[in-house]
Amino acid sequence: MSNASPVAISHIEKIILVEFTNTRILDEANIAQIRAAISAQIEPADMPQLLIDFSNVDHLSSSALGMVIDIRKKVLDRNGKIRLCSIKPHLLEAFVITRLDKLLKILPDRPAAIASFKD
Amino acid sequence: MKEAKLHFVFPSDYVRMRDVQRAIVDEVKARHFDDESLFAIQLALEEGLINAIKHGNKLDPQKNVTVDCRVSSDRFVIDIRDQGKGFDRTEVPDPTREENLERPSGRGLLLIESYMHQVRYDDHGRHLHMERANQNQP
Repeated sequence: MSNASPVAISHIEKIILVEFTNTRILDEANIAQIRAAISAQIEPADMPQLLIDFSNVDHLSSSALGMVIDIRKKVLDRNGKIRLCSIKPHLLEAFVITRLDKLLKILPDRPAAIASFKD
Repeated sequence: MKEAKLHFVFPSDYVRMRDVQRAIVDEVKARHFDDESLFAIQLALEEGLINAIKHGNKLDPQKNVTVDCRVSSDRFVIDIRDQGKGFDRTEVPDPTREENLERPSGRGLLLIESYMHQVRYDDHGRHLHMERANQNQP
């Protein structure tokens, strides 16, 4: 397995932007690494604003969906906001099937997601 | 193109699992399944194998996963067997219910059942049977 980080984290003003460096979010070890990297950003923050951009992602598993739910809980526990964006239609279907589109705010693209933090 | 018949027996190990997945997906791709079916098969294969290794065999390397797969140009058929305790599908909580949306369990099975055209659990849940037709067929 590559040692390269599976996520790239940057900031747009106060927003923590997470982008995936792999097209697949499948491996348990990989998912654990992603969870740890995002948690490290959220845990010290008060009212974190987290944007997860799925532009690069072609495949994900139910474990990856579970990881997103865990991250959401951490963000909400800190009175923060979480947005997801740029999910490809075939992956969006998995969010719809599992009804996670009701739990998470999913925006079509990054500008729309950034604007939605003002809601 | 001739039907491919694949048979694997491997210990509860994710690295070996990836080799099996690759071999199966290569056969599906060689038969030009439509993109939607290819995605569905990859997703269900991932969930089915992870379930067998993690939830069935509890990651016990002494326990094996057995996979029998047939891929023709019009159909993908797979049987995944583990050596665990089994489970009762009706006892797995519905992850789409409001009160379960944040719970971790049941989402993989739901995805399998949504993306595959036929799904059956035999041998008290230790045997998962899945089928999906190729939509690219004339």
